[in-house]
Amino acid sequence: MQLATVVMDAGGRFIDWGVLHVSVGNLIVVLVMLVVFALVLVLPFPGEREEQPRGGSR
Amino acid sequence: MTAPARATTAHTTLTERLRTRIEHTVPQGQALPDRQPAYVRSWVYVFGVLTLSAFLVVLVSGAILAVGGLTWWHTSSVGHFVNSLHLWSVEIFFATMVIHLWGKFWMAAWRGGRGLTWVTGVLLFLASIGTAFTGYLSQTNFDSEWISTQAKDGLNAVGIGAFFNVLNPGQMLLWHVVLLPFVVGLITVWHVVLVRRHGVVPPIDAVAPGETVPGDAPDLSTASQEEARP
Ligand code: HEM
Repeated sequence: MQLATVVMDAGGRFIDWGVLHVSVGNLIVVLVMLVVFALVLVLPFPGEREEQPRGGSR
Repeated sequence: MTAPARATTAHTTLTERLRTRIEHTVPQGQALPDRQPAYVRSWVYVFGVLTLSAFLVVLVSGAILAVGGLTWWHTSSVGHFVNSLHLWSVEIFFATMVIHLWGKFWMAAWRGGRGLTWVTGVLLFLASIGTAFTGYLSQTNFDSEWISTQAKDGLNAVGIGAFFNVLNPGQMLLWHVVLLPFVVGLITVWHVVLVRRHGVVPPIDAVAPGETVPGDAPDLSTASQEEARP
C-alpha cells in the first residue's frame, strides 16, 4: 500500500495504485462487501435446531 | 397430477393446456416451501432474497420519486430523502447481488441442470447495470450531463446512438423507469421460478433429498465417494 496515493480535488478523492484508479467511496463499498462475504462464510446461522435433515416438502 | 386428471391428458383446449403448464411450473408444494434441506441453514443462501427485498425498496422509492417529478429532489427535502432511499437501496441491491453472485460462483451453483438459473442471473446482472446507468443519466444535474456527453461517443462508436441517445434525457428516463425495471422484474420472476423448480443447489459433494449422486451430476469419477454419504 505504500505506492498508493490519495489525490484530493473538487471531483472527489481517488486512490491511484498502478493501473488501479478507484474513488475512496467505491473502495470502501468493495472492502465492506468482501468483509460481509467473509462473515457470511464463517458466521453460524441462528436458530440451530436438532431436526432430521430432510426437507419435509421435498 | 394424480390419477383423476389423467383421464383428460388429451389437452384439447387452450385453457387445459395453460392450466397444466402453470401446474407443472414447479413441483407440487415447491412454490412457497416452508422447509428446506439442512444445508440451506447458512447465510450464503440468504443473499438472493436480500437482493429481492432491496429490489422491492428500489421499486417503491423509485415510484414515489416518479410521483414527485423530474427535479423534485433538488428543491424539496422530502424529495431529497426519497432520492437517498432510492440510491442507498440500489447500493444494497448491487452489493447483495454481487455477494450472491460470489456465493453461487464458488459453490458452482449451475450444477445439476441449473445452468439456466445462472444464465438468467447473468442477464439480471447486465440488465441491472443498464438500469443503474440510465439512472445516473436521470439525475438532472451536472453529473448526469457530464456522464451523457462521455457516454455518447462510446455508444455512437458502436452504432446504437441513433436509437439509444444518451443526450435525450426523456428517452433515458423512460428506459430507466419503465423499460429496464420491467425487464429486470420479468427476469427476476423467471430466475426465482427456476430456483423453485430445481430446488436449492446442495453443497459440492452433498446429496440433496431425493438424489442418489452428489449434485445430481452423473460424473462417474465421484462415484466412489457415494458410499460415505448419509
Ligand atoms: C436481481 C438480482 C437477483 C435476484 C433477485 C436473485 C434471487 C435469487 C434467489 C431468491 C435465489 C434462491 C437461492 C438463494 O438465494 O441462494 C437465487 C438463486 C440463484 N441465483 Fe440469483 N438472484 C439475482 C442475481 C443473480 C446473479 C447475478 C447470479 C449469477 C450470475 C445469480 C445466480 C443464481 C444461481 C445460480 C442460483 C441457484 C442456486 C441454487 O439453486 O441454490 N443470481 N437467486
